[in-house]
Amino acid sequence: MDDLLREFLTESSEHLDTVDTELVRFEQDPNNETILRNIFRLVHTIKGTCGFLGLPRLEALAHAAETLMGRFRDGLPVSGASVSLILATLDRLKAILADLEIAGTEPAGSDSDLIEALEHMASAEAPAAAPLVAPPPPPPLPAIVERELKPGEVSLADLEAAFLAAPGPDEEPEPAPLPAPAHVAQPAPAPAAVAPPPAPAPAPVAKKAEAPAAQAATQPSGQASEGEGPAKVQTIRVNVDTLEHLMTMVSELVLTRNQLLEIARRHEDSSYKVPLQRLSHVTAELQEGVMKTRMQPIGNAWQKLPRVVRDLSAELGKQIELVMVGAETELDRQVLDVIKDPLTHMVRNSADHGLEATSVRVAAGKPARGTIRLSAYHEGGTITIEIADDGKGLDLAAIRRKAVERGLVSQAEVEKMTDAQVAKFIFDAGFSTAAAVTSVSGRGVGMDVVKTNIETIGGVIDINTQAGRGTTFTIKIPLTLAIVAALIVRAGESRFALPQVAVLELVRVDRSAAQKIERINGAPVLRLRERLLPIVTLTGLLGQDGGEAEVQSGFVVVAQVGRQRFGILVDEVFHTEEIVVKPMSTKLRHLSLFAGNTILGDGAVVLIIDPNGVARQVSQSAQAGQIPVEAEAEEAEIGEARTTLLVFKGGNGAFKAVPLSLVTRLEEIDASKVEWLGGRPLIQYRGRLMPLVVADEAIQIRSEGTQALVVFSDGDRAMGLVVDQIVDIVDERLDIEIAAERSDLIGSAVLRGRATDIINIAHFLPLAYDDWARGPRKTAAAKARTLLLVDDSAFFRDMLTPVLKAAGFSVVAASGAEQALAILSGETRIDVVVADLEMPGKGGFDLVAEMRRAGGALASLPVVALAGTVGPEMVERARRLAISDLVAKFDRSGLVAALAEIETPGLAKAA
Amino acid sequence: MQHANSNGAAGAAKDGAKDTGAVQEFVTVFVGETMFGLAINRVHDVFIPTGITPVPLAPPEIVGLLNLRGRVVTAICLRRRLGMGAAAQAAAGATGQATGMAIGLEQGGETFGLVVDGVGEVLKLGAETHEAVPINLDARWRDLALGVHRLDGRLLVILDVDGLLAFGSDRASTKAA
Repeated sequence: MDDLLREFLTESSEHLDTVDTELVRFEQDPNNETILRNIFRLVHTIKGTCGFLGLPRLEALAHAAETLMGRFRDGLPVSGASVSLILATLDRLKAILADLEIAGTEPAGSDSDLIEALEHMASAEAPAAAPLVAPPPPPPLPAIVERELKPGEVSLADLEAAFLAAPGPDEEPEPAPLPAPAHVAQPAPAPAAVAPPPAPAPAPVAKKAEAPAAQAATQPSGQASEGEGPAKVQTIRVNVDTLEHLMTMVSELVLTRNQLLEIARRHEDSSYKVPLQRLSHVTAELQEGVMKTRMQPIGNAWQKLPRVVRDLSAELGKQIELVMVGAETELDRQVLDVIKDPLTHMVRNSADHGLEATSVRVAAGKPARGTIRLSAYHEGGTITIEIADDGKGLDLAAIRRKAVERGLVSQAEVEKMTDAQVAKFIFDAGFSTAAAVTSVSGRGVGMDVVKTNIETIGGVIDINTQAGRGTTFTIKIPLTLAIVAALIVRAGESRFALPQVAVLELVRVDRSAAQKIERINGAPVLRLRERLLPIVTLTGLLGQDGGEAEVQSGFVVVAQVGRQRFGILVDEVFHTEEIVVKPMSTKLRHLSLFAGNTILGDGAVVLIIDPNGVARQVSQSAQAGQIPVEAEAEEAEIGEARTTLLVFKGGNGAFKAVPLSLVTRLEEIDASKVEWLGGRPLIQYRGRLMPLVVADEAIQIRSEGTQALVVFSDGDRAMGLVVDQIVDIVDERLDIEIAAERSDLIGSAVLRGRATDIINIAHFLPLAYDDWARGPRKTAAAKARTLLLVDDSAFFRDMLTPVLKAAGFSVVAASGAEQALAILSGETRIDVVVADLEMPGKGGFDLVAEMRRAGGALASLPVVALAGTVGPEMVERARRLAISDLVAKFDRSGLVAALAEIETPGLAKAA
Repeated sequence: MQHANSNGAAGAAKDGAKDTGAVQEFVTVFVGETMFGLAINRVHDVFIPTGITPVPLAPPEIVGLLNLRGRVVTAICLRRRLGMGAAAQAAAGATGQATGMAIGLEQGGETFGLVVDGVGEVLKLGAETHEAVPINLDARWRDLALGVHRLDGRLLVILDVDGLLAFGSDRASTKAA
């Protein structure tokens, strides 16, 4: 019984959450039968189980709610008040469930207030829905239910039986599923459903026993009739602790595997290489599998939001629409738990502060209904969540004033700050600019907590605001906390791991070279692109410098935490590695500089530096007047964002670069590991064979020593680009100046004052995998227009964006059809759409079909479709949808040529 | 796992469990010339600590972190924990505690390594040799010792494992004061 109860509790709370969301959808779309049927079924299930477990209070309440919903199903108009009432009922159900969970029994108390209200609503509005029914019976109903029959389930059961027996007017006729009492079975036509009131009076108490049985009988038939529901997936419930334990064990296995591989590398004996290879493979797969079990769609954290927004909308008197995109994006449940509350808080904030009152909106010529857009997508090893509203934007003048008032900065300083810097003041504790404190927000508690929460899981938060147009918060968080990408560095005698999320770039400093460290009153600084960057030495931070601080050469890791940007000087940078984070010993947890520790492949334990801890140290010493902290002064312009590029030397000492977001990993491999198979170079890499491609024909793959590789991967495939030397990572605006005539280059740009070729990965991928693409054609330039790129793979989006920018387009990217449609219906003017045809869920064809249906400018908007394979059937379908051109996915010049042919929207159909 | 067990029989045979009553087994360890005893049921491992990663800014008792079969172990120096021989410590100091042995202990799901100069036999001792902690002992020792056993020609101080591991940021600051 205990187990049964526990199972019931988990299941019910899940059901109730779903009902919450569904109800809000239903209110907006009262004619959607599917939603109603879902809600009905869920509440019904709860009620049925309650009856079975002997929980009369829950059962009565669920039943009353169900009755009212039954009325909706029969065509009773849905009013905001009735939905609010049902939502209130659900809240009560949740409260009872919570008590039940603690105490194991239903709490004492009465729900007659709600039940009465529910029944009143169900019966009071009945005449409107079915005027045929004679009115006399209703009056006795409340009296009997409330006074004589204690919990009221008898009468309600009959109500429900009546309802079930009589199909609603808009439902396919189905056989009456239960041997209903005669008086109910008789009036089969629709009005019967609203005529149950006579039932309670004659109903004997003995019927009570019958009710659950009847429900049990009806349930399967109810489910069977609902054909379009989601397919049942076989699942079992597993205790989270079990999964956690499994994860720990797998982490151990990974470490052991790494150690074994390290040993195998040192020994010539190859007899155990094959099983080791196999072990390595299995371990990798196991790790992936276990990671997957911890993954949950972010939609789980969003589930409560529609309800929250609905309630707020009623409370604040604003019309608010909540759009959610990418709810299926998965992330580690540990991360999910941490961001749940901050997200809710931010949505509340957007509704309260962000969106204007309806009258103000209308006066400003905006749609009366404000929109809050929540979207999530994967980007490399991180997940990006955006919360955008189309409200009034942050009042930067007020923030400036407030910041000065609160003594955070001086008047002179605040005037020099960029808008982006100013906006970040809202993350300071106790900062609120809301003129009036409402019950929803405005107390200045919250955004600082949000930021702290996000930072504890190694995430970053950013704001982008435009007066009158709205505010967008962007949160980037790691997919998982268990494994992070980290830069391994050496400082003094020891190695340390620096989480990569905080690292912006690496700069090599040398006394003789152009980049050198200078000192102001002893405090080291670095001139970095005409600005001064405060430097801290890692050894100094860790108290290892014996006062001797003659910094000569090494690497500066440029890190950013919140508004602070600073450089950490280390002696050497090795490589990046995905490390398994192990918590710090309890004896050492007070050291804020460390986030944990890990075991590297060679078996050594290294400490993980916590960038937040370093930032605190930096600002503390800054307050003591030692180091001039440079608050970030980023370009606040919206649109052209900076691109982080990896610069390397390839072929005759020329500098080349590739967007860092495309790069999976940087590797230094032992040159003897390169094997040749059919005249093509390969290496064994993470248990698989990885083809190698030279970045320039002038590069020779080395036969001894180490060989630098830039690894790219997409899904299962990986490719190693052979380069001479990895030079730097720079973060600059990518202005491609010359569209190169070579297919291996996108163009050239000036990075750090050096002419650098930007390579085109699309050229190299087919060299590694024949089926990855086809040959290129001539490049043609196009005029500056806005292009919407729709592709589900972040890899392709990243790859094509620079190509399209080089072709003169301003590019907006979308990760799926839904997001694309949202952008198309938004304010940005889109001139042309490039869409991938093969996307999970809604494909490219569906997207175009919907655009064509939407009419207006969208109906004639030129579209270029990207396809993996182009067949005659596809061409035909594309023609029917007036798709301008169909281009193979890797044919970047073909794409550019196709885009060049589209002159203006409208002439598109010619192609 | 328990390397120490192999010594158990020899220790028992030598000392002889003559008396009835509570006979306890202790792993003996050395710091300098002094012999200490640790209850055997708390000892999980005896190993040679290698590849210790020092933790900057850590309390002085903590030598660093090391990898013991895939687990991260916090190494604690018993000498420093007991405040023994600071002068001798300085002599051996710079090279750290790479030499010597370590006793693997567990507490609250964490593994600790108690670094000592050497590990002796396992002794089975009855209540008849047990004495309370002499009151004139150094306060720090009094807190960490459970008692003393009189052996032939030498004394064995029994250490409280939980006491040894009970230090941290809060205790460290009070000690500093």
